[in-house]
Amino acid sequence: MIHRYVLAGSALLLATAALAASPIAERQAIMKSFGGATKPLAAMMKGEKPFSLDEVKKSLAVYAEGNAKFVTLFPAGSDKGEKTEASPKIWNDAAGFKAANEKFKTEIAAAEASIKDEASFKATIPALLKNCGACHESYRLKD
Amino acid sequence: MRRLISSLFIAAVLGTAAFFISTHPKAYSALRGDNAFEPTRARDLENGKTLFNAGGCASCHAKPDDESRTTLSGGKPLVTPFGIFNPPNISPDPKDGIGQWTEAQFIRAMREGVSPEGKHYYPAFPYTSYRGLSPDDVADLFAYLKTLPAAEGKALIHDLAFPYSIRQGVGLWKLLYLNGTVMSADATQSLEWNRGRYLVETAGHCAECHSPRNALGAIISDKRFSGGPNPEGKGRAPNLTQDKTGLAAWSEDDIVTLLKDGFTPDYDSVGGSMAEVVHNTAALSDQDRQAMAIYLKSLAPIEGEARAPK
Repeated sequence: MIHRYVLAGSALLLATAALAASPIAERQAIMKSFGGATKPLAAMMKGEKPFSLDEVKKSLAVYAEGNAKFVTLFPAGSDKGEKTEASPKIWNDAAGFKAANEKFKTEIAAAEASIKDEASFKATIPALLKNCGACHESYRLKD
Repeated sequence: MRRLISSLFIAAVLGTAAFFISTHPKAYSALRGDNAFEPTRARDLENGKTLFNAGGCASCHAKPDDESRTTLSGGKPLVTPFGIFNPPNISPDPKDGIGQWTEAQFIRAMREGVSPEGKHYYPAFPYTSYRGLSPDDVADLFAYLKTLPAAEGKALIHDLAFPYSIRQGVGLWKLLYLNGTVMSADATQSLEWNRGRYLVETAGHCAECHSPRNALGAIISDKRFSGGPNPEGKGRAPNLTQDKTGLAAWSEDDIVTLLKDGFTPDYDSVGGSMAEVVHNTAALSDQDRQAMAIYLKSLAPIEGEARAPK
């Protein structure tokens, strides 16, 4: 009798977990938001768009928010399932992956503090954006 | 019966002999080789460095985790469906690297896929593309490599599945698929386009990953650049032609940005081996990146296998 309750309870739990957004979908949504946040920065870097401190701050805020959550979205077992390009290295080299996220976090904070005008923006952003490729090179599979 | 056995035996001997003769590295050299290199100018180290970056030598040959990407004692193993390839030491070390090679030996290695000892290299070393480089350019590259630090260390031998493990078999493959001519200029096209084609098709060896291959591992020529399976496993190298599954919607600037910063038009940042390639293309000049973009934008559309939806 007790067993039956436990079984029903576990089934319910599993169903609830499946209803919540999967970590794979969530982390992909964060990466997509980073792409959207980078677009205006790159346009300003290239001079295709006038510099706007407000917009820069907005993009940096997107990075900061996504970055804080990102590392938590790789629970054991989320290396497969839906379509994911996450490299097995995220789990095999968890310390390195965490360090890459920390590095980005530190540099976002530094950029938030130092960018005050177009000159400081142009001096800071290229190095900040190097984090994207550096992390993808190691922890994302090519597709 | 006895007669049948002896004719079979003779056929087997002749067959084996024919295999050894036709696949011998000297056979390829004699038929298509281009050994008489007469330098047409003084060596140019700056040009050698450009070719080093365009050719992506460091991607396979640099010591893993060498941030300078100039210690070429051999890189990470290349894990492919044919087996595991271990990129050799090409630093100027006299014992383990290419320190004792002559210029002519280096040119032959790059353009004919033959080692100084006269052995075939496997086409995992993309001499199928490098063969189109001019001998003068290859000599410049050799001169540049000689300026990099010597480092000890011999790579492990390749670990390949049968029949790929029979190295001499590569000779047959070369006779079928390796064309030994230098890429010549197309006079109907602009200088930039020709420069772009040279970089993309020879040194850049873009087609090696971005094209489908036949059962023998050769690029299917009428599907060149329409995308291919990742040679190292999961995923696909995308279509680079002007098809809608390819770069039709990309501007020249978009391509230049990708080669320089690794960002797609959506500001997705490329991963895996393309991120590695971007290290190389980022070191090229703006003009060279622009030339590559001009050439890529001129590729006729070929429908590629669709990429799995994101």
